[in-house]
Amino acid sequence: MPYLLLAPQMVIIAIFFLWPAGEAIWSSFYLEDPFFGTATYVGMENYSDALTASDYRRTAIFTAIFVTLVSLLSLSIGLMLAVSADRVLRGKSTYKTLLMWVYAIAPPVAGLIGVMLFDQHIGPLVDFAAVFGWDMRIGVNYWDTGIAMIVVATWKQIPYNFIFFLSGLQSIPASVKEAAAIDCKSENRRFWTITFPLLAPVSFFLLILNITYAMFETFGLIDLIVKDQPGNSPVTLVYKVYRDGFRGNDLGGSSAQSVILMLLVLALTVVQFRLIEKRVHYN
Amino acid sequence: MTTLRIKNVKKRYPNGAEAVKGVTVDVQDGELVVFVGPSGCGKSTLLRMVAGLEGITEGEIELAGRVVNDLEPAERNIAMVFQNYALYPHMTVRKNLAYGLKNRGTPKAEIDKKVQDAGELLQIAEFLDRKPSQLSGGQRQRVAMGRAIVRDPAIFLFDEPLSNLDAKLRNQMRLEIKNLQRRLKTAAIYVTHDQVEAMTLADRIVVLNHGQIEQIGTPSEVYSRPESIFVASFIGAPPMNLIPADVTEAGITVGDVTMPINTAHRGAVTLGLRPERVQIGDSGAPMRVTIVEELGATRLVHGILGGQDVTLAQDADGPPPSDLVHVAFKPEDAHFFDAKTGRRL
Amino acid sequence: MKKSRAIYDHVVLLFGVFVMMGPLAVAFMTSTFDYVTIHKEGMQFGFGGHFLETYSTVLNKQSGFTGEVTGWLMTKNSIVLGVGFALGKIVVSMLAAYAIVYFRFRAATFCFWIIFLTLLLPLEVRILPSYEVVQQMGLLNSYTGLILPLIASATGTFFFRQFFKSIPNELLEAARIDGAGPVRFFFDILIPLSKTMIAAIFIIMFVVGWNQYLWPTLMTTDESYFTLVRGIKQIMQNMIGADIPKYNEALAMAILAMVPPALVIIIFQRMFIKGLVEQEK
Repeated sequence: MPYLLLAPQMVIIAIFFLWPAGEAIWSSFYLEDPFFGTATYVGMENYSDALTASDYRRTAIFTAIFVTLVSLLSLSIGLMLAVSADRVLRGKSTYKTLLMWVYAIAPPVAGLIGVMLFDQHIGPLVDFAAVFGWDMRIGVNYWDTGIAMIVVATWKQIPYNFIFFLSGLQSIPASVKEAAAIDCKSENRRFWTITFPLLAPVSFFLLILNITYAMFETFGLIDLIVKDQPGNSPVTLVYKVYRDGFRGNDLGGSSAQSVILMLLVLALTVVQFRLIEKRVHYN
Repeated sequence: MTTLRIKNVKKRYPNGAEAVKGVTVDVQDGELVVFVGPSGCGKSTLLRMVAGLEGITEGEIELAGRVVNDLEPAERNIAMVFQNYALYPHMTVRKNLAYGLKNRGTPKAEIDKKVQDAGELLQIAEFLDRKPSQLSGGQRQRVAMGRAIVRDPAIFLFDEPLSNLDAKLRNQMRLEIKNLQRRLKTAAIYVTHDQVEAMTLADRIVVLNHGQIEQIGTPSEVYSRPESIFVASFIGAPPMNLIPADVTEAGITVGDVTMPINTAHRGAVTLGLRPERVQIGDSGAPMRVTIVEELGATRLVHGILGGQDVTLAQDADGPPPSDLVHVAFKPEDAHFFDAKTGRRL
Repeated sequence: MKKSRAIYDHVVLLFGVFVMMGPLAVAFMTSTFDYVTIHKEGMQFGFGGHFLETYSTVLNKQSGFTGEVTGWLMTKNSIVLGVGFALGKIVVSMLAAYAIVYFRFRAATFCFWIIFLTLLLPLEVRILPSYEVVQQMGLLNSYTGLILPLIASATGTFFFRQFFKSIPNELLEAARIDGAGPVRFFFDILIPLSKTMIAAIFIIMFVVGWNQYLWPTLMTTDESYFTLVRGIKQIMQNMIGADIPKYNEALAMAILAMVPPALVIIIFQRMFIKGLVEQEK
């Protein structure tokens, strides 16, 4: 009986997960000729090629910066908004609704709107930057484009963090907050010594999720902003996997990059589980 | 000297609901005053207004000579023990106790000494370095009290601190709280809905109902001279018998039974009789016994007297009563209340 | 209680609302202008008169290379993807979670770990081989190929597993005494109890499905299978070659692509948030 119930899930996983995952690992050790379909075993060559390419390094650096900034910025802003939303007496539910629904927007849609807002001809954000003497050229200047990506990716992720932080804040018992009000005059101090430590479990959880988001789910966003001018636009490692594989037809190299990313995710997950174990001791 | 003065304090919510409708009461130095009453009577609200956790709509609260209406809780020199302890879950017991002192800039050596003293006083010194999640309910309650003690406040505020404990622990902690408060000689307000706690702990009791004071008095005053039917039925267990009756020259008539009585009151009244003050004897009004409850040392005899349900309590030493008994009471044990207003006559 | 705190909070929140809603407001307002104006003057505030015109164009105009794809068609595809994905996920994961939580069988741990493995490797990382597999199965450009591979992840199963574990054992025992076998228990007791959870997951998964981009981009080359979100890329590409790009249509499509999921999570806000937060555990 149980096998019957599990069957759909397991079959789907077997076909659409195990098989492709296995193929990815397998083809990472081969050099495939897309025209003749022949495959030559090259051992770790794909890996070393991928890792030493200056292109790879540049992308890796950008990915690291991108992930760090997007995570930290959207977490901080989300937290700041959640703290105020938790405290405010009037209009709480209106604020909550207005701030959280942006979660529903798909990354590429956010990317499109971002592209327009940062467009040289029509984008108001470009005009705004010009006030400070900054001539923004998305699609031409590497870092201008990068900054646009970071801004849009952060913007899209804020509601998610906001929701979780708000829920975390509301789960702190009112009496603990009251005891703190009696023990400590400064509201700031209360926040950093009582509220923030109690948010630690949520924060760790969100950090991992934000890193995952920035690394993987921003694909659509980047695809929209990149505008097919590869030289001038930064991309993330995930995007590079796609580009090298689908556009560049470098299946072996792309697969090698995939496997490298897989190992990264594995490491992240291990860290996450260690943190969960710590959480169990907390409570 | 008066530690706390609550002067005609009112609490009104934006939707118009009035939780506290004009309460005036003082707490003297070293006194333990209990606010008691049913759920929703305003006792917790009143306590929280003293603490600064609720705003004061009207009236004034004066603590240790200062008007504190506009002061933040941390500025009022109070300490509070919460019903669910409200310990900081991420801090050790030691840090929980030290937190308030640390925020006021108390020097470390002094903090350590105070924490150690409180630890010994409350017998929690051995787990100063544990976290609240590692403690039992009773231990957590002690830590909550320890936190209040180290502050050395002008007044302790207890918000139903024993409600979350099991019966046995509750009895034990009750005594400890009383001892502690006596020792520290600090004024205290204790909020509870349990009249046993109120009676055993209080120097004075404030009985509250629907946001207003029904009576203020010592436990024995409130017990022996309740000012209203509400107080009479709230204080004392098993509760006072409240019997509709009519007083004439001949005596007091309950249903079809008339008992001679020496009193100046006349007309329709509510007769109040405490179960323990009604005796079964050879003569008196006839009562048909319906249920007998054996409680070990006491026996509760429920019956019908003149068509009214009456309960009396007696020592369980003697034989159980037969189906029909005669009951009598001393005239000084009879309480008379106005049948309409419920106030003492 | 302090007034200054309240003012600070409102300022922060209002600024947050401005930052979050601002871009969207501008996008929407701009979409109601004609593209020449937009090109000359930049993005607009206020309302141009072209709302109906632009939106109906986007919805009805045949576009794309084959000239067959309309906005309505893309909307339909998005709905199919969103609903199909959500339903598929719920059915498959509920069954799997049911098996794992309520049955003792030898392969249980093994299956659990395999399912867990899927958490480690998001689709983006195995994108090429997944494409090849689907291609070999002949499922390119089909609804099945669009939906099925996306279901191969553990999130739903873990969620229901967590929820089922929280249901008291006594319920199962009472049902046994009442003579309910596993099928009965599932339909008569478990499913009704799970109603709110199912609704919450449905909402979240619908949004996830609707917003899928990478996968549909790869495996639907036939434009009649484009979803709205996929169509966004198309319209971007159209804009690149043009003298005066049709900004208004692009923005209109963006708005169309975001409205249904937004409506769903606003209307079912409470359930949505509950579902999201439950996943944390």
